[in-house]
Amino acid sequence: MFAPRLPRLGTLAAWRDAARALAGAGIEPAAVDWGLEGGAPAMFADPLPPPSAGVTAPKLLADMLPHLVPERTGRGMDVAYRLLMRSQLVRGLMSNRADADVATAFAIAKALRRDIHKMHAFVRFRDVTPGGHDGRRAFAAWFEPDHRIEEVTGPFFASRFGDMDWAITTPEVRIVFAGGTLSYVAGAFVRPDDGDPLEELWTTYYRSIFNPARLKPDAMRAEMPRKYWRNLPEAQAIPDMIATARHRVTAMQATAPRPPAQAVPAGRNVEMKDAFQNDLFGATDLGTLEREAEACTRCPLHGPATQVVFGEGPSGAEVMFVGEQPGDQEDLQGRPFVGPAGQLFDQIMSEAGLDRSEHYVTNAVKHFKFNLRGRRRIHQKPATSEVKACRWWLEQELAQVDPKLCVAMGATALGTLTGNAAGLLKRRGSFERTKDDRPVLVTVHPSYLLRLPDPELKQAETDKFRKDLEKIPEFLSN
Amino acid sequence: MAKMTIQQKLAILSDAAKYDASCSSSGGAKRSSRDGSGLGSTTGSGICHAYAPDGRCISLLKILMTNVCIFDCAYCINRRSSNVQRARFTVDEVVWLTTEFYRRNYIEGLFLSSGIIKSSDYTMEEMVRIVEKLRMDGFRGYVHLKTIPDASPELIERAGLCADRLSINIEMPTDAGLHSYAPEKDATGIRKAMAKVRTTREDRSDPSHTGRRRKGYAPAGQSTQMIVGADGSSDADVLGNATRLYGAYDLKRVYYSAFSPIPDASEVLPLKDPPLLREHRLYQADWLLRFYGFTLHEVVPQGGDGLLDLDVDPKLAWALVNRDRFPVDVNAAPKDMLLRVPGFGTKIVDRILAARRHSALSLEDVRRMGGRTKAAMPFVIARGHVPGRVLDSADLRDRFVKPKQLELF
Repeated sequence: MFAPRLPRLGTLAAWRDAARALAGAGIEPAAVDWGLEGGAPAMFADPLPPPSAGVTAPKLLADMLPHLVPERTGRGMDVAYRLLMRSQLVRGLMSNRADADVATAFAIAKALRRDIHKMHAFVRFRDVTPGGHDGRRAFAAWFEPDHRIEEVTGPFFASRFGDMDWAITTPEVRIVFAGGTLSYVAGAFVRPDDGDPLEELWTTYYRSIFNPARLKPDAMRAEMPRKYWRNLPEAQAIPDMIATARHRVTAMQATAPRPPAQAVPAGRNVEMKDAFQNDLFGATDLGTLEREAEACTRCPLHGPATQVVFGEGPSGAEVMFVGEQPGDQEDLQGRPFVGPAGQLFDQIMSEAGLDRSEHYVTNAVKHFKFNLRGRRRIHQKPATSEVKACRWWLEQELAQVDPKLCVAMGATALGTLTGNAAGLLKRRGSFERTKDDRPVLVTVHPSYLLRLPDPELKQAETDKFRKDLEKIPEFLSN
Repeated sequence: MAKMTIQQKLAILSDAAKYDASCSSSGGAKRSSRDGSGLGSTTGSGICHAYAPDGRCISLLKILMTNVCIFDCAYCINRRSSNVQRARFTVDEVVWLTTEFYRRNYIEGLFLSSGIIKSSDYTMEEMVRIVEKLRMDGFRGYVHLKTIPDASPELIERAGLCADRLSINIEMPTDAGLHSYAPEKDATGIRKAMAKVRTTREDRSDPSHTGRRRKGYAPAGQSTQMIVGADGSSDADVLGNATRLYGAYDLKRVYYSAFSPIPDASEVLPLKDPPLLREHRLYQADWLLRFYGFTLHEVVPQGGDGLLDLDVDPKLAWALVNRDRFPVDVNAAPKDMLLRVPGFGTKIVDRILAARRHSALSLEDVRRMGGRTKAAMPFVIARGHVPGRVLDSADLRDRFVKPKQLELF
């Protein structure tokens, strides 16, 4: 029989050394009685075997040790040693949660993690300044953890309260952080009776943030069990808060709405949007048009989209480029042709000797239409009715900009401008007339180029698109 | 009027803030003050420092900068026509409260919201100044900042540089609902603000031209909140909108807040007890959509009343009407089908997948891993367990429905 007796501080390292020695000598778990110095003395204890370096713990177990060894009854140390021994024979043992020892270890580790988490959460410091080093403020706290977790929690508080001196005292250990140095003192400590002047303010907050209409004391107790209450200043208010909650709600419900105490000043003009709708024919410039379009509800697409994406460019532009509809990025940024297709468009425009900022760029449909696939918004082709509903805005843009030339990019734009969307690839590169008898250059939409999977075909089509655009300066100079 | 004490202000401005459900302090960058040069740390996972008797966690100091507001939103306690007492914190007061509470380990950080005063930009700038002051004083705890719709892009940029999380509340499940309850708020303006946060986050996460990663912008992302039960929106409306918001703006969370009676309420609102069970079912459904591979129409079937079943959770509800998909063999089924078993969470499914490589699992094995086998039993096959005719029995649903209580909460 072996009975390692470990120190109260540095327990984890001492356990590791002892376990290595015992496992190296092949000692069965049943023959080891784990305990702490000063705890129950062992009945028959053989001297520990000499240290051995041959035994290693699988990573999953090694990582778990800080959550097993500090367990108060000793079961944690016991199961850890058993798993260490069994892991030497069974590969991957720790990933089998159906194994009884593994399940026990995970259950203990879970309880320890909860204990640690609750200590992080429920320690309450009192200001004990002066008392800090070099003018640092000093704080003190009392906490009663279930397990021997002081050394596991110390570093958390040190990294959180780095600019002050503090001490957290438990019945067995005092964690001290002074002048930037973390240390531990073992002893027998008693709960002090001191408070902090800010506790009243904190309790005020605790009372005010509580919603009496949602009373659920069981849910509170599940996460903040009674055993913690005596060390939590705010918890002293709980009985009264519960007792008066129902009455407060009934009073709220019974009170008839009162008229406002003072004349209510007007906020923003709420009729603004409606006014827009009635003033459509008075539109005089592109900016006004765009603001009016923001309130458009002519088709259902305005619902799911972020915002209207109106055309962009100088009102005196000679060329108006018309695409299909905004995409994900356009919808977020509120500007046409800024996503991947827009970037390609910009690039080929400059290769063709055109400056985008001199021209007007817009879409046949002004809202983004999409399908959700998981969390991604996938572009969906607008329906004929939606294109038709939006044609009104395109006509307003045409009237305002009055371009010498339109460029229809893709079938949707071609359809809305000429009334016929069929046979795009046969018609591309040619000049046709719009319904209001303006010249229109027919070409593909840049997103078509992005979708071509074959790199050679993609290159060829990109070249064709550039050649189409190169016809524009030629057209304008004639 | 005598000058208000900070305690009076705190009482008013935290009471006014409690209808915001979010109190999360998780996610985001890791920070520490171990070197003594500042105060505070964030570890990536939040800590709830207290729980109120409403069962909700208290992680952050959740306050309004002011409850004065030029808007008149019917559901809101701070609307301009309400008779509540008004107050406003100074910059120094918020900084002092946050750091002194933090030093005593009462909180993880600050959640600052505000009524709208003067203009969107004015309000946003005052809030940003508070958080910038906190950061300048060396505060490294968590900060959640409300963004104000229509605030200028520069201010939204500054806000994201000093806060861990930004949020803006969509308030009502439908645009029409927002229009009738909050006529001065504009759904498009709210969505635009969310879009601005998403695009700024994406721009900022690209390495700069020198190749160095730029300073994190709102590292814990953005979230929003919808009030449930104030208007007639169905659960299909609520979840449909949530799904679109998750997709469009890369939200970390959509919070559902059961409408609860407020003091000095507006007469257009139902002064009933809050629909807490409905709120709970919405969160369950939200999880199914995000982590369990369910689609919206599976959770809220089309053609029905668009409401979730209050008696059973949404996953069980789906299983009960799709019994032909069961039983599922715990020892052979693929992950996506295990995720659809009532009583199995994502963690349990991972544990089953790892453990079944060692040996065939029994129901007891699954229970030991943390599975709720009582719920799963009729729907699974395991070593030594076949559900038999239970799965086809007409009263299967009744096994799961608790007898009605007189009062729910």
